Amino acid sequence: MPPSPQSRNGAEAARRAWMGVLARASAEQIARHLADLPPAPAHVRLRGPETGLLMVRGRAGGDGAPFNLGEMTVTRCAVRLPDGRVGHAYVAGRDARQAELAALVDALMLDEAARPAVEAAVIAPLSAAQQAARDEAARKAAATRVNFFTMTQMR
Amino acid sequence: MYVATKGGEQAIGAAHAWLAETRRGDATLPELTVPQIEEQLGLAVDRVMAEGSCHDRGLAALAVKQAKGDLIEAAFLLRAYRTTLPRFGASAALDTGAMHIRRRISATYKDLPGGQVLGPTFDYTHRLLDFALAAEGNALPAVPHAEPNTAQTPRVTELLAREGLMQREATSEAEPGDLTRDPLSFPADRAVRLQALARGDEGFLLGLGYSTQRGYGNAHPFVGEIRVGEVAVCFTPPELGFEIELGDIGVTECQMVNQFKGSRTEPPQFTRGYGLVFGHGERKAMAMALVDRGLRAEELGEDADAPAQQQEFVLYHCDNVEATGFVEHLKLPHYVDFQSELENVRTMRASAMQAAAE
Repeated sequence: MPPSPQSRNGAEAARRAWMGVLARASAEQIARHLADLPPAPAHVRLRGPETGLLMVRGRAGGDGAPFNLGEMTVTRCAVRLPDGRVGHAYVAGRDARQAELAALVDALMLDEAARPAVEAAVIAPLSAAQQAARDEAARKAAATRVNFFTMTQMR
Repeated sequence: MYVATKGGEQAIGAAHAWLAETRRGDATLPELTVPQIEEQLGLAVDRVMAEGSCHDRGLAALAVKQAKGDLIEAAFLLRAYRTTLPRFGASAALDTGAMHIRRRISATYKDLPGGQVLGPTFDYTHRLLDFALAAEGNALPAVPHAEPNTAQTPRVTELLAREGLMQREATSEAEPGDLTRDPLSFPADRAVRLQALARGDEGFLLGLGYSTQRGYGNAHPFVGEIRVGEVAVCFTPPELGFEIELGDIGVTECQMVNQFKGSRTEPPQFTRGYGLVFGHGERKAMAMALVDRGLRAEELGEDADAPAQQQEFVLYHCDNVEATGFVEHLKLPHYVDFQSELENVRTMRASAMQAAAE
């Protein structure tokens, strides 16, 4: 039976979230957390890793019609595990190893039985570190927030 | 007429070797690393990414090193490199409303929702040379932290638009024109103009933007909002069929608010000039927004007689890689061309002298 639209959307949202975390992690970080798991089965490269460009778009006035802002480098990779699962990665930048490791972890995450362990060992700590970095920047920004005083408040 | 010539290989080889030596500079000093340039000359790197029209901080830093700090040469290197790569597709349009904000200011509203955040800015420095930086290893000041603001940060333009005082942007999902695929043609639509301005030379656009403030174009702009921060880049790979995020990039956005007298079809209201650039580039984003508004004169039924309002003039001359190519080609041999000019001037002089003698 094909999955219902809701469960497919839920599965896509979950996959989108972990792919986004892997795209923001360095090769070294992914490798370090992968080392906490039993060795992954040998994978086959289906495509890449290869580096290319993505045309980044903006919108006129921030919310109008799209325009081409400029390109960015992107590296992609697709790998297959012995059981046939195929993992994909598209990551900003030119790090081939990051793209291949991200595709491998994506493939591992597609096995529902194995997912909780991979999630706990790799995705969760990477995600927490990324959130911490964002929070740190937000706290520094907040310290430069201007509070205006009017004469009545100052009295 | 072109004449093939040979020779000069040895001289060129020697010139390149000397170039490499001068790039390195005094060999008793430590060599700059690319990560050092990326981290410590970040605004140079950002400018090269913007004008090279390719977001990759590491590549831009390498280009700065190779170009000995000549930022136009570095943008040229980046443009040349991008032609060697295949294109995987186009991103979804960036949602700058969802930016992780490092800096956000408005000159039109003091108490805008979400607040004004100064971020790491030069604005309130005294522009006095800091001789302490001449020595290395200075202790850094502790950077204060505060509880983050969780309020939404709506665009200032949206606040005005809700009141009906700001012209709404045309909404269209049409495929935008792409300068890297199709050469400019006129009249150029706004999407193509914005692409050209986003990769245009900061100095050229700054001068043009300034001219609109000084009376060449009759602009009365206000900075509605400048925001600097990171936005997610989203892309739908055809093999997946759903949108994924492939990372965050730093961008600077500027919304200039300009008065508009109104026309037969539209009431008096504010209109926007828009600037968006890779990296942290406020001056460039502001200049871009001024020139974008200038170039909208015709569509808004205003007089379009100032330089910054003339599409062909602005768009054909704002690209520093093209401009440097044509200006610097004058250094290439023009021996045969010049020979004919020489003959010409000699003949004219001879007849002028003959006429004077008679």
